[in-house]
Amino acid sequence: MTTPTRPFYWSVRRELWENKSVYVAPLAAAAVLLFGYAISTITLPRRVQALQALDPGRQSATITMPYNVIAGLVFVTAFIVAVFYCLDALHGERRDRSILFWKSLPVSDRTAVLAKASIPLVVLPLVVFAVVVAAHVFILALSTLVLAGNGPGLATLWTHVRVSQTAVALLYALAATSLWHAPLYGWLLLVSAWARRSAILWAVLPPLAIAVFERIAFQSSYFGRWLAWRLAGWFTQGFVTRVKGTAVEPLAAMTPGKLLTTPGLWAGLLFAALFLFAAVRVRRRREPI
Amino acid sequence: MTVIEARGLRKAFGATIALDGLDLRVEEGRILGLIGPNGAGKTTALNAILGLTPYQGELKVLGRDPWTERDQLMREVCFIADVAVLPRWLRVTQALDYVAGVHPRFDRAKAEAFLARTDIKRTSRVRELSKGMVAQLHLALVMAIDARLLVLDEPTLGLDILYRKQFYDSLLSDYFDHGRTIVVTTHQVEEIQHVLTDLMFIQRGRIVLDCTMEAFEARYQEVLVAPEHLAAAQALRPIHERQLFGRGIFLFENADRAQLAALGDVRTPSIADVFVAVMGNQTGAGQGAAR
Repeated sequence: MTTPTRPFYWSVRRELWENKSVYVAPLAAAAVLLFGYAISTITLPRRVQALQALDPGRQSATITMPYNVIAGLVFVTAFIVAVFYCLDALHGERRDRSILFWKSLPVSDRTAVLAKASIPLVVLPLVVFAVVVAAHVFILALSTLVLAGNGPGLATLWTHVRVSQTAVALLYALAATSLWHAPLYGWLLLVSAWARRSAILWAVLPPLAIAVFERIAFQSSYFGRWLAWRLAGWFTQGFVTRVKGTAVEPLAAMTPGKLLTTPGLWAGLLFAALFLFAAVRVRRRREPI
Repeated sequence: MTVIEARGLRKAFGATIALDGLDLRVEEGRILGLIGPNGAGKTTALNAILGLTPYQGELKVLGRDPWTERDQLMREVCFIADVAVLPRWLRVTQALDYVAGVHPRFDRAKAEAFLARTDIKRTSRVRELSKGMVAQLHLALVMAIDARLLVLDEPTLGLDILYRKQFYDSLLSDYFDHGRTIVVTTHQVEEIQHVLTDLMFIQRGRIVLDCTMEAFEARYQEVLVAPEHLAAAQALRPIHERQLFGRGIFLFENADRAQLAALGDVRTPSIADVFVAVMGNQTGAGQGAAR
């Protein structure tokens, strides 16, 4: 008697059972901000009134500000969750000895590691997308209600807020960060599989030591700048960064061609694959600690 | 058919040799007890069989190489390490969902039926269950898998006597049949003596005794010797003797039953007593050789 199985699907489900923060933390961050925004709507009509005197560029910047803040904060929350998730993903199961249970089932180490890698690379970005789009729709609906009957204010609002365009730009930004940060997550998963204790120190201290060493030995900071580039390059390569004085439409700001022709992106993906491959090999050998 | 075949299995952790050329052969339908002191290599041997640790030497489990084919092997092999390996955050329903989702030979209805006979609530998390209940849950999951080999490494560690008895009773009455094979290690040897069909003693990474339980019973006899026969008993060269309430208890290997019967009551010794005698002699011999 055999029944069809879906090891990868269930391995991802199992990660979400264990790590509720994957969806709770972005939701909580959005909820706090939305609550704050709801309180601020008391003064919204007055503030929109004051906007009428400004030029369209300033109007747009002011009106879209809460939308960008909420997107940015949910984004950052998800990034922090992803980092801590990766550091614990292959460490916690050895610490609580449950690796012996997972390994007693017909799920390969490759499936297990890839399911874990899919959390920061696929699941969290989708969670951020859903949460941010829902929050944007909520803000727009709430401000529309508050401004109902306020003719010019409502018009100003609807001229500058384009939820669907923002959603497309957000999806692109999430895909870009996933690809760009893949080697970072791969590295954290590898450390988490390898370290006997305090995975966080093993992940953070070596790069820090290299940066300090370079600073002292050569009075330079190439390594630190390289690290910053590994963190922020998805933005500098994937978007038009700043055009002075004018607000750039979200869609016009996207530069996928530039991003995809950046060698650093492909080198990073190669390293991500190497780190994940190594993590699979290490998990196969590791015993409970 | 041979379920496990190991030849010259070696494994060292740094300078410590855990397996020192271990040979082992287990046939289908047997219940094998692997008995040895702490650090003798029991768990290392089981880990090698389960594909959890690399090794040198030859090893085939159900015709597969466990180290390179662990995930395939686990379709037909189950194991229970000890009660602490189910993750504490897991809910009972999640455990059922997960195993049903990844294991092609898992019969969920069977697991549910087994759980229905316990006090385990479906919504509970593992951390909310008592140790005994966690063992029951793990056993329910494992017994619902149509596996050919079940490996138990100290499965009843830390359980009270009631759960321990239930554990082995369930295993025998609901699970074991002659198409399956069970390998078990435990320090509570007396609890599994009546369950086993085969027995192995392991010492310093080697098998020092390998026999069926019938052979064990034919080979070893224990005699309660009355005080007046003590000298006669000693003359028959017992492998071990001890005193209990003024009577001598002598353990004999391959002795003549009729001769023994003249000395006092003859009975089958416990595995634990033979273990102490055999291991004690081994240790002495080993130390002698070292000197």
